[in-house]
Amino acid sequence: MMEENESVISIRDVSVSYGEKLVLNRVNLDIRRGEILVLLGGSGSGKTTLLKQVLGLAKPDSGTIVINGVEITSCSEDELDAVRRRIGVAFQAGALFNSLSVEENVALPLRELTCLADPIIDLIVWMKLKAVGLADAGKLYPPELSGGMRKRAAVARAIALDPEILVFDEPSAGLDPIVSAGLDELILFLKNALRMTILVVTHELESAFRIADRLAMLYEGALIAVDTREQFSRETHPRIRQFLDRQPDTISGEAAVEFIKSYLRKS
Amino acid sequence: MTILKRVGRSTISWTEDVGALSIQFLRVLHRVPRILPVVGRRRRWKATVHQMLFIGASALPMSGIMSLCTGFILALQSASELRRFGALEFVVDLVAVGFTRELGPLITAIAVSGRSASAIAAEIGTMVVTEEVDALRAMGLDPIEFTLAPKYLAALITVPCLTVLSTLCGIFAGYVFLAFSIDMTFRLYFQAVSEAILLRDIFLSLLKSLVFATIIVQIGCLEGLRVRGGPEAVGHSTTTAVVKSTFLVIMADLMATAGFYMMGWSAAG
Repeated sequence: MMEENESVISIRDVSVSYGEKLVLNRVNLDIRRGEILVLLGGSGSGKTTLLKQVLGLAKPDSGTIVINGVEITSCSEDELDAVRRRIGVAFQAGALFNSLSVEENVALPLRELTCLADPIIDLIVWMKLKAVGLADAGKLYPPELSGGMRKRAAVARAIALDPEILVFDEPSAGLDPIVSAGLDELILFLKNALRMTILVVTHELESAFRIADRLAMLYEGALIAVDTREQFSRETHPRIRQFLDRQPDTISGEAAVEFIKSYLRKS
Repeated sequence: MTILKRVGRSTISWTEDVGALSIQFLRVLHRVPRILPVVGRRRRWKATVHQMLFIGASALPMSGIMSLCTGFILALQSASELRRFGALEFVVDLVAVGFTRELGPLITAIAVSGRSASAIAAEIGTMVVTEEVDALRAMGLDPIEFTLAPKYLAALITVPCLTVLSTLCGIFAGYVFLAFSIDMTFRLYFQAVSEAILLRDIFLSLLKSLVFATIIVQIGCLEGLRVRGGPEAVGHSTTTAVVKSTFLVIMADLMATAGFYMMGWSAAG
């Protein structure tokens, strides 16, 4: 039996920069087995970059990421693929293949990565679609789906191979509150029923507090807080307060003078 | 910006292109065996058939008509000059040799480049923007095997076929002209054509068409994969793909023809 508190994904000192700009600055984060960790952060805070590192889609400049005991930052392509097969990803806009129907989209990883017979694949596809509430929509094509259905279909594809880890990129972006709440319940269901470890990247506070076991906040490439729900809402860091209280950025008089000075110096 | 800077910058960007193109080409080539029927993975060949219909079959009317027109133009232009020397029968040689060695492959490549290089760049670019490429990689599936290799294999099969057909169209246009102007019979024309061209010409023409197919597909894919940002970047990449692939096809043709000339392969008979 696996230990409850053991970390499935551990990110150590990960730094990434694009050209001059430091996007991630020595990020350390552990995601424990069976928990839902919500990664919060404003636009441009480095959330998506961190997600790409975790999925092995990009390599960090320094630091290591260990998933299920495999260091994906230095392992071979084959080992990386083996790790990836145990991670399901639901991308922001679904990333469904438009030339394939919903069923075929869900069946794709099963057909390509397993040697199951077709009737079994059909059965699994039906089960997964049923689990996300899309049992009737299997024959439709992605452009015919609504935003919420597309995300559900993406979830069905993500869980097709029964992964241990599930990653959501902005699950509630662009959805109305009702559909978004439905998706939150689906995420909780997956955690409770299938015992998955779930990483959610979002900037939707309500949804984050509904589903999270722990919350982490990225600001300008650094993790400024990682805490449980209760602790997190009591955080005093000004950026977190600003985020939680939905305050706009204000520029102080002194900072404005500095900014203008630096601008004049440049030109 | 000084001229030196500009030259340096474009040199770097072209060198980068060549490097990226070579790496991508080798990777695709490495994956091609996996998508073949029988020896490859199951059902993977279906994508290639789909691409063959798109890259090959639907380009047929366009490249055929372009070749017919060009063949006719070539015959008309050369006839007006050759007639002055009383050497009208050499129109046959000009059209036959010109099309087999040069115009057949080139016109096909330009037609395919206009249609398919842009379409490939747009398709792959859209996949990058909608994160489908990332989704494939995150599933542990290889985007090169899934999207690039079928396109390349399809082009390798269909572009030589198209080349043969458009060469035939061009040569046929020459016949139409001569039949109307000097009442030449088809039999006589066919005989003259078969005397004018060598088997080597046909072989070199097919070789060229393989090179052109490689250039078109690889440039289309490279520009598609380079798309960053939103949908407007896709539009830009399609334009770049067509411009670059057409330019490179003509450069490659020049180099090939110059090479054959220097090796003495272009001497008739």
